[in-house]
Amino acid sequence: MNLVIPDFGLLFWMVLSFSILLIILKKYAWKPILKMLQDREDEISKSLEAANAAKERMEKLNAENEEILKQARAEREAILREAKATKDKIVGQAQAEAKLEADKIITAAKNEIAAEKEAAMAELSSKVADLSVEIAEKILRRELDSSVKQGDYVKDLVKSISLN
Amino acid sequence: MNLMKKLILFSLVFILASFYGLKAQEPQINENSAEKEAFEPGELIMEHIGDAYEWHIATFGDFHLSVPLLCLVYSENTGFHAFCASNLHHGSAEFEGFRISQSEKYKGKLVEIVGNQEVRPWDFSITKNVFALLFSVCLIAFIFIKMKSYYQKNQGKAPHGFFNALELVVLFVRDDIAYASLGKKHGDKFMPFLMTVFFFIFINNLLGLVPIFPGGANLTGNIAVTCVLALFVFIITTINGKKEYWLEIFWPNGTPWWLKMPPILPAVEIMGMFTKPIVLMVRLFANITAGHIIALGFFSLIFLFGANSPASGYGVAPVSILFTVFMSALELLVAFIQAYVFTLLSSIYFSMAVAEEHEEKPAVN
Repeated sequence: MNLVIPDFGLLFWMVLSFSILLIILKKYAWKPILKMLQDREDEISKSLEAANAAKERMEKLNAENEEILKQARAEREAILREAKATKDKIVGQAQAEAKLEADKIITAAKNEIAAEKEAAMAELSSKVADLSVEIAEKILRRELDSSVKQGDYVKDLVKSISLN
Repeated sequence: MNLMKKLILFSLVFILASFYGLKAQEPQINENSAEKEAFEPGELIMEHIGDAYEWHIATFGDFHLSVPLLCLVYSENTGFHAFCASNLHHGSAEFEGFRISQSEKYKGKLVEIVGNQEVRPWDFSITKNVFALLFSVCLIAFIFIKMKSYYQKNQGKAPHGFFNALELVVLFVRDDIAYASLGKKHGDKFMPFLMTVFFFIFINNLLGLVPIFPGGANLTGNIAVTCVLALFVFIITTINGKKEYWLEIFWPNGTPWWLKMPPILPAVEIMGMFTKPIVLMVRLFANITAGHIIALGFFSLIFLFGANSPASGYGVAPVSILFTVFMSALELLVAFIQAYVFTLLSSIYFSMAVAEEHEEKPAVN
């Protein structure tokens, strides 16, 4: 029955070496290993949480972006429509104004031309009258000399008088 | 990666050895005994599961291939002695007044001869089991310190290969044994002991399955080894016993007062303090020893039949080998289960010691 009687030597060595193993592993293996495992687990769960939060935020942001984009599109549409209307209005207005102005200018020009023409006619007729009088006067002065000369003279005079 | 290769090689050697190692070991015994005396399976098995002063590897005819170990004794008469076991010539010679006893009382043990009496000295010899113990302690320390430096080197990265597999076991011990029965707070406190005990038993169980040097010693199947492990459990439980634990022993709740009076119930409860670690000790010892005995028993069958006629020996061999392979596979499972059971029960005993609320006490089977 040697089998079930603990051997003193083995007991001694077992106590010694198991204690040493326990102390060594506790200090140099289990503490750092378990700490690192714990750290890694914490990190993984933290990362997962962070990833989930980021995903949620991303989704919210995306929705917001979509909303903003939709709004912006509508706004652009509105602005474009407004701008087109304004343009049309301005162009129409400008056209009308320009037409009015042109009509005014044309009318004014026509009036002026008519007035000028009248003035010119009046001046011409007065000048013609004056000249006629002058010619007549000069003819009358030389009438008595010779009728031939008179004729010549009249010719000369007529020549010399340019009608300006 | 290098370590991986070594491990694969190691397991290959193990598988091959479980086929051929034992088989190669036994024919000489058969040859010897066939010529000289009848083959004694009992003797062979007891020799294997017991302790020895040299590590027997193989015998070829009259040549014994074995690793002699160091004998270290303190005699009350002549003081300290340290000598190589080869001086004893496998028990056939006497050295410095010591020899390996052949008597009924001290069979196979180193004794000092004083006058005509055999006296057992204080024997600190590095026997087969002590050598296996020192080897496994170095191996375990090496593996886990290596694991630590691997983690430190690869901080923030996922582990690969061998340490990844090992991490699985470490996490199993942590989550399914320590935290499951002790909770996080107490679990962390007892974790180093539980981890060390688990891997000590597990690795030594596995080494015990390797039939060639330096494996094959029946270390976890040795009562002294399991006794020390159980002693540690007992001491830790007793030291950490809180008020509730002692109250549970000396003045349990919900028991009639006359039953609580000494001597009946306190005596039973105090016995219970000791039976728990004793049960741990015996369970591990018996399971591992039984595994070794069964494997060897199957092999012995070959030579028992072979002794009758060689043909029947060869006929039985395939069946025997098949059974041994099956048993080896089963022993791999047992190696793990026994480590698990020992660690789990230890942690449950610890949890009983540190329990603060009566209701929180986990059930014990």
